[in-house]
Amino acid sequence: MGFAYFPHTDEDIRVMLDRIGLKSVDELYSDVPQNVIYKGEFDIPDAMSEMEVRRKIGDLASRNVRLKIFCGAGAYDHYSPAVIPAVISRSEYLTSYTPYQAEVSQGTLRYIFEFQTMMAELTGMDCSNASMYDGPTSAAEAALMTVACTRKKHRVLLSATLLPQVLEVVETYCRFHGVEVTEIPAADGVTDLGAVPQLLSGGDVAGVIVPGINRYGIIEDLTGLADAVHASKALLAVYSDPSALAVIRTPGEWGADIACGDAQSLGIPLNFGGPYLGFLCCRQEYVRKLPGRIAGETSDAEGRRCYVLTLQAREQHIRREKATSNICSNQSLMALYVTVYLSLMGPDGLRKVNSLSYGGAHYLHSRLLETGLFSEAFSRPFLKEFALRTSVPADRLQKVLLDNGYFGALSCGEDLVSFCVTENRTKEEIDDLVEAISKAFRPDDCLKGC
Amino acid sequence: MKYYDKLIFELSREGRSGYSLPEDRWDCHPDSLPDGLKRASALRLPQVSEPDVMRHYVNLSNMNFGVDTGFYPLGSCTMKYNPRINEETASLPGFSGLHPLQPADTVQGALQIYEDLSRCLCSLTGMAAFTLNPFAGAHGELTGLMVMRQYHISRGDMKRTKVIVPDSAHGTNPASAAVCGLEVVQVRSTPEGVIDIQDLKPLLDDTVAGIMMTNPNTLGLFETGIDEIEKSVHEAGGLLYYDGANMNALLGKVRPGDMGFDIMHLNLHKTFSTPHGGGGPGAGPVGVSARLARLLPSPAVSKREDGKLEMVAMPDGAGRISGFTGNFGVLVKAYTYILMLGRQNVKNVGPYAVLAANYVKESLKDKYKLPVNSLCKHEFVFDGLLETGDGHEVTTLDIAKRLLDYGFHAPTIYFPLLFHQSIMIEPTETESRETLDAFISVMRRIADEAAADPGLLKTAPHNTPVGRPDETSAATHPKLKYDFCQATKTGL
Repeated sequence: MGFAYFPHTDEDIRVMLDRIGLKSVDELYSDVPQNVIYKGEFDIPDAMSEMEVRRKIGDLASRNVRLKIFCGAGAYDHYSPAVIPAVISRSEYLTSYTPYQAEVSQGTLRYIFEFQTMMAELTGMDCSNASMYDGPTSAAEAALMTVACTRKKHRVLLSATLLPQVLEVVETYCRFHGVEVTEIPAADGVTDLGAVPQLLSGGDVAGVIVPGINRYGIIEDLTGLADAVHASKALLAVYSDPSALAVIRTPGEWGADIACGDAQSLGIPLNFGGPYLGFLCCRQEYVRKLPGRIAGETSDAEGRRCYVLTLQAREQHIRREKATSNICSNQSLMALYVTVYLSLMGPDGLRKVNSLSYGGAHYLHSRLLETGLFSEAFSRPFLKEFALRTSVPADRLQKVLLDNGYFGALSCGEDLVSFCVTENRTKEEIDDLVEAISKAFRPDDCLKGC
Repeated sequence: MKYYDKLIFELSREGRSGYSLPEDRWDCHPDSLPDGLKRASALRLPQVSEPDVMRHYVNLSNMNFGVDTGFYPLGSCTMKYNPRINEETASLPGFSGLHPLQPADTVQGALQIYEDLSRCLCSLTGMAAFTLNPFAGAHGELTGLMVMRQYHISRGDMKRTKVIVPDSAHGTNPASAAVCGLEVVQVRSTPEGVIDIQDLKPLLDDTVAGIMMTNPNTLGLFETGIDEIEKSVHEAGGLLYYDGANMNALLGKVRPGDMGFDIMHLNLHKTFSTPHGGGGPGAGPVGVSARLARLLPSPAVSKREDGKLEMVAMPDGAGRISGFTGNFGVLVKAYTYILMLGRQNVKNVGPYAVLAANYVKESLKDKYKLPVNSLCKHEFVFDGLLETGDGHEVTTLDIAKRLLDYGFHAPTIYFPLLFHQSIMIEPTETESRETLDAFISVMRRIADEAAADPGLLKTAPHNTPVGRPDETSAATHPKLKYDFCQATKTGL
């Protein structure tokens, strides 16, 4: 019986074998040692029709619980407009390869160029690459890039207030690459900038990575950091939530050399952690050390404006073992996601997304404090995500929220829980969430150490 | 395809907008943040209406070629058909709306897919365990090499820092090794295009961590000496890494685990039909043999005592290599594809891909130079035209560009580096004989054109939205973003 994805009729197979001069399909593997030809049965299900597959996967999807998300921690539940799936599902984008043949890839190349422009604009940097895998790997690439940009330096400093997954991924890459990692301690919920001069004094630091908004949702004040880092001939990278950069001070404004982070917050669904979109931007003088694909503008023989992948001398397929990054692809389709999102939002829309998130988050923050179950963890400015101190165990809080259809109160340290509010959350949901917590716990219980 | 020359920034008009958001009724706003923490610079994002956006990106898409547009014989990239059911299942709200940190009890369906897909991949490859966390093929290579190093380090064997890579390898192999802190030692190919075992053996000392192999290799040839290579490398204490870029040749027929490989990655966007998306997102799961399973990266999916699944850290593992658990959406697509194929059809993937490649090769080898004339697997490499015209040296680039005129995507060109005029063709199992015949006839016609009218090829393509771009000026005077100042001056 035929199979929908294989066009071969018996006649086709016979004609094709004839051309090759073989009698059977098995003979196509006559060069393979016969002891490695697999003769067993695969432990995979019997073939199913499309309707059966749809049902089976639909059942699996329905075994997940859809919750109203009051959690961030590197993945944000922002609204994604309807235009985006309509654009990205176009075959011409979805089923194309990396744009090696520029003449038939101007669609991809042009949106990458637009994406690069938008990311450079958001971060206040001179240039951007065509995207990375996710935020944590973009930070790891930023760390290796600082080592490649400086001479004979083999240490990077990472702020302890970076998201835990960012710290872990950068640590893994650095450990194998032979780069030493030192953490800059946290003080009262933010990077202890006072500790930096001492850590830089060894003269072996290539780069410093700090968050713009940290793991507690606090907007960090990085005043003076760039000067200190540059004085010891190191590079500063700021890990950022690009959505927030519409309203908060940009890596460029802080004097950073590199901006990295995850652009999932720009309209990409939560997707259980991926696909997301890392980004990596830098100042002009470091562009030739910037890993990943880069699109550039040029023209054809008739003077028509067109775009190509450029500066390829940096890349793995040219440099091979001399490469400082092995990045070969990007997350192109997700870059299209973000480009369409930012086109729709524009400057006003993105500011409004931030304003709605800020308003909701601050409302939830004050409502939770009113319950008497929480106290301020750090009295510092935040945007859409914040941490509170509580003696109610995080898992009990989380359980109550789950029972009411919410996901929040993520544990982010001893006695600390974090919440996040985006424009997707309504006042009614926030009031309901606070009521659920108030009903389940009483401040008196708490004082007794519940 | 039609040339369209706008950038979204050039459609922008002050005061226009394409968003729709609820009214802001909150009584506090980001304006109240301290001035020093606020963005001071202008934000020059486009100001365009929703219809403008839709039309702009549809117009741009019309300048793109995809698998759905036509035949895409890009060697080593496995541009097979991307079934649409994959897209539907991956975008089910029950998956796309899940936060990656949701408690395990609320994501049992997603974890089940992770678990089931891992098990299917184990069976199809003969490996014992998989991590699905790597985001792409190159990321899988890096992860696999980390596991390789972690293995030696865990045994206190610190001096094993060299990795052997054939001269025919993908560029990512040596690059991944370098990023992983390994020293690359190159092994030569024989004139028959396979690893030179006599060149390999002297390299195998106690500093070798392992060897990276692509099998079939980038010439599309099965590494017939695999048994001897396996024994030699293992005897020397090294591990064998299988680069799964060419797994489509073997799917359903030969398993890397049975050939003695210890570590491998798969490209789900090649072998398992998930779309390439213009360069990503892909997925590069890494499989290992049983003795290496505990060295896989964190987090992993594991079964709890109550039978439910959960995410766990891997204390002995290589570490965390991704923010969460990989490109989950891509995993759903690949799992969907495996369910559609089932036990029965998966057996034909490799054989039909190999059949198509040999058919095209045999139909063209009287016109194009075939450096290694033998059975190929899923792809093969020509070294330019068999006969070139007098004076006008028609190059592989010219042939590739001329193919675009005829509505075919170009093959992979100038790779592998073993030949000067490499043309690497991979037809896949989803192309019909009629499509292959049409391609063959165009390739033959181009060979004739090269002799009769080389100028036509030198200036190709002629029927695409743009002609050959000036790549030199793009690299010497890089313009990597839109120039807003220029736009202001010209009144745009």
